Amino acid sequence: MHYLTEYILIAVGAAIINNFVLHYFVGICPFIGVSRRVDMAFGMGCAVTFVISIAALLSWTVTYYILRDGAPLTGVIIRAVTGDPKATLDLSILSYLVYIFVIASAVQLVEMYLRKFIPPLYKSFGVFLPLITTNCAILFACLLIFAKVVGAENPWGLGQSLTLAVFGGIGFTLAIVIMAGIREELDHCDVPAPLRGPAITLLIAGILALAFMGFAGVSGGLEKLLGAPQ
Amino acid sequence: MANNQPTALERFLRGILPENPLYRQVLGTCPSLAVTNNMKAAMTMAASVAFVLICANLMTSLIRNLLKPHLRILVFTLTIAAFVTIADSFLAAFLPEMSAELGPYIPLIIVNCIIICRCEVCASKQGLFASAADAVGQSVGYALALASIATVREILGMKTWFGLPVMPGSFPAWGIMILPPGAFITLGLLLGAANWAASARSKPSAKPS
Repeated sequence: MHYLTEYILIAVGAAIINNFVLHYFVGICPFIGVSRRVDMAFGMGCAVTFVISIAALLSWTVTYYILRDGAPLTGVIIRAVTGDPKATLDLSILSYLVYIFVIASAVQLVEMYLRKFIPPLYKSFGVFLPLITTNCAILFACLLIFAKVVGAENPWGLGQSLTLAVFGGIGFTLAIVIMAGIREELDHCDVPAPLRGPAITLLIAGILALAFMGFAGVSGGLEKLLGAPQ
Repeated sequence: MANNQPTALERFLRGILPENPLYRQVLGTCPSLAVTNNMKAAMTMAASVAFVLICANLMTSLIRNLLKPHLRILVFTLTIAAFVTIADSFLAAFLPEMSAELGPYIPLIIVNCIIICRCEVCASKQGLFASAADAVGQSVGYALALASIATVREILGMKTWFGLPVMPGSFPAWGIMILPPGAFITLGLLLGAANWAASARSKPSAKPS
């Protein structure tokens, strides 16, 4: 029960309350660039959710077993090299380099795998896959997981990390699809010339963010609701 | 090839207004929304971006003859990641409060499109001096853009500027301006104003009659 509560809180927190786009401002570039049509926006959202999950899986593994202070794998190597049975090595300074490398290679691998084995899906993702490498949402998810694994009292396991990543991706999809739906309607409106393009998109995003702020109290209520049966 | 590239001075001047990274190219929007609720955070961010941009541009310019076309983006990103690690460690050591406030947005400079864009457009094609001038120009342009957003948000949201009180006490602070919606709305309106100013300036020359 306790685990379920924690997972639900992480999921709702990542997808709605602290929405990646509207609360943390990550992934704004595709949010503005690829939100003209609903089907494209949905494709982008799915691709991001897909890659974010794989990147989270890889970065959690790397952080937990190699990068963090006292990680098992590095420990074995450093003890074998130095001969000191208590030696540990903190490689967390390398985390940014490692993460960006992990993301870039994950995107590349996913692209190759899809092209070879699931061509229809590859075709529907199209140009979005390579674009994702520079999507800050992915790196942001990795950094959140890093903060929860390194220096935390009880570090997050793989389950929590994956929940955060998957629901963060779903939250991104939600935001970009809502925005695309509004922008399709906007095509029929008479927007003042200087505001056309990114400017009006940002103004609408402001109103959406205002709406999403209304979810801020959900977390406490949910905790009470789920905590009660115990 | 080298003849039709802009000179160092042109690169520098272009970065500030005509090719302003935020207002004209709409690049690097994520940090410009996230850290502009007060001037101090915005200026720390601008300084970090300037440091990384200048170092990455110089480095890319030095190794531009060794770059392989299909690997260049990866090389740019790893170069940037190395300099961002330096900037992040520096902030954590000397400005711990600011480092805690900016949190994950300093490492997110790695995927800031401005820097990759400048490496690609300028530093991988031009010499050391032109690249440095370009990086400084873009950094100044970006700092000005961040300052403009942060000024509006901090004055309206907290009635202060760099922590100094500037508004009369009777003025109610607009709490929304320092929250996420205020960021989107401020940037949207400023972007609209920038577009309007640009079109108003180019109109007389566009209409010869």
